[in-house]
Amino acid sequence: MARMATTRRVMISTAAAWLFGFLIFFPILWMGLASFKTELEAFAIPPSFLFFHWTTENYATVQERSDYLHHAMNSIIIAGGSTLIALLIAIPAAWSMAFSPTKRTKDILLWMLSTKMMPPVGVLVPIYLIYKSFGLLDSRIGLVFILCLGNLPIVIWMLFTYFKEIPRDILEAARMDGATIGRELVYVLTPMAIPGLASTLLLNLILAWNEAFWTLNLSTSSAAPLTTFIASYSSPEGLFWAKLSAASTLAIAPILVLGWFSQKQLVRGLTFGAVK
Amino acid sequence: MATRQTQLLARSLLTPAVGLLFIWMIVPLALTIYFSTLHYSLLDPGSESFVGLENFRYFLTDPAFLASLQNTLVLVGSVLALTILLGIPLALLMDQPVIGRNFVRLMVIAPFFVMPTVSALVWKNLLMHPVSGLFAWLASLFGLTPIDWFNDVPLLAVILIVTWQWLPFATLILLTALQSLDEEQKEAAEMDGASAVSTFIYITLPHLARPITVVILIETIFLLTVFAEIFVTTGGGPGLQTTNIAFLIYSQALIQFDVGSASAGGLVAVVIANIVAFFLVRIVGRNLEA
Repeated sequence: MARMATTRRVMISTAAAWLFGFLIFFPILWMGLASFKTELEAFAIPPSFLFFHWTTENYATVQERSDYLHHAMNSIIIAGGSTLIALLIAIPAAWSMAFSPTKRTKDILLWMLSTKMMPPVGVLVPIYLIYKSFGLLDSRIGLVFILCLGNLPIVIWMLFTYFKEIPRDILEAARMDGATIGRELVYVLTPMAIPGLASTLLLNLILAWNEAFWTLNLSTSSAAPLTTFIASYSSPEGLFWAKLSAASTLAIAPILVLGWFSQKQLVRGLTFGAVK
Repeated sequence: MATRQTQLLARSLLTPAVGLLFIWMIVPLALTIYFSTLHYSLLDPGSESFVGLENFRYFLTDPAFLASLQNTLVLVGSVLALTILLGIPLALLMDQPVIGRNFVRLMVIAPFFVMPTVSALVWKNLLMHPVSGLFAWLASLFGLTPIDWFNDVPLLAVILIVTWQWLPFATLILLTALQSLDEEQKEAAEMDGASAVSTFIYITLPHLARPITVVILIETIFLLTVFAEIFVTTGGGPGLQTTNIAFLIYSQALIQFDVGSASAGGLVAVVIANIVAFFLVRIVGRNLEA
């Protein structure tokens, strides 16, 4: 009797979970389907769900007409560059706070967190004017720089919480054996820190890839990453749903894959360790 | 163990990060404060003059400010309420024994990884278009009049899009918290004859209080600065109906080129965000034994 009830419960919760999961995912699926339709079919009422004339011409057109690859390359350089530079600055800082904490470490960490709370729009005017006078508007280097600073607090925080989990006994043992700090860093700490480094890298790539305040305001064409490029489809005279869908599918596919790998770290990274 | 030398080293490793963040925080903020006291229009260069608090008076008494403050509060409040009220049952459901749970998890989390410009344009066109959108077709199937989302209820349309983006975040955090809930405690309550409802109210809900607080605070910080979704769908309109504070400041700065007034507005936004940040930093700090 009890077993029957359990099986039924599993069936019901499975059906409900799949239904709601599907509904939440549906807009992405619908966009993916539209990217393989012709413009006429994408617009058609009643819509066709699967039995339409499948075509990949939208993908070719998006590349030909608007040089999709150029914007994808901008996204890769801006997201990748800002994440790598942030890591280079954050690793020593997080290492220092995790392994040689002082009385002020907690205050420094909380202060770093508070810089992340500053609304970007509060400093839009000075940043825009500074960029304008230094010729950094619509430049990749300018976006790399600003996204790096914007994500630096999160990078330091994530690394700090991962480094904290490395048992200190191991370091002490290495020091007793006469390891220098350099050797300690390379042979002891780095191998143990790699999982934490990898998930920090992943989460911040995603955040930088999707960042859409600074990229929209500081880039127009030559440095425009995919966020800005997709935004150009919003003009009413350029309403091509199938092409918009193709460009969008390409823009989110890589990040969706990365995101699915990093979902466990997402909670940790975005709550600053407040929820585990 | 920490010798003087390692302490020195530790400090020098920390300095670049602290220095950069300090500059990043202080320089633009100081400039914003400085600009906010000037009459400064990019359309009229060379006419800068000190006007004291005139920009603040102008910004705060502008009817657009009150409208956008109201829109900001409605947007933040509605999205918070929706993501939490939908997120709790969704997290509870996913915490049940579900066949293929990992796959369901992937589907639920996916919207969070979609860049804001894509979410907004896909919803606006493929789903919410009053003639050719999927919602219009669904409405017509049931004999209803399709809603012209971005003309009749523009703010609601933006709220729905932003809710779709943030529901995965709330659900994932609540689910993580649920999974750390002690099963034995729940089983003991069930043994004592507690109903599912009272188990939920007296055991699960108190356990969720903290993660819910964290969701509220973190979402608020991001929702206060929603920008791209408005930028690509409504451009703040029709009228001021979807202009929030972030968009108002943007339009004063980069459309009207009024640097002084936009700076004053920027400081108002900083103050609002700081009120929220104050509580979040306290909660995180309590959790941190550094």
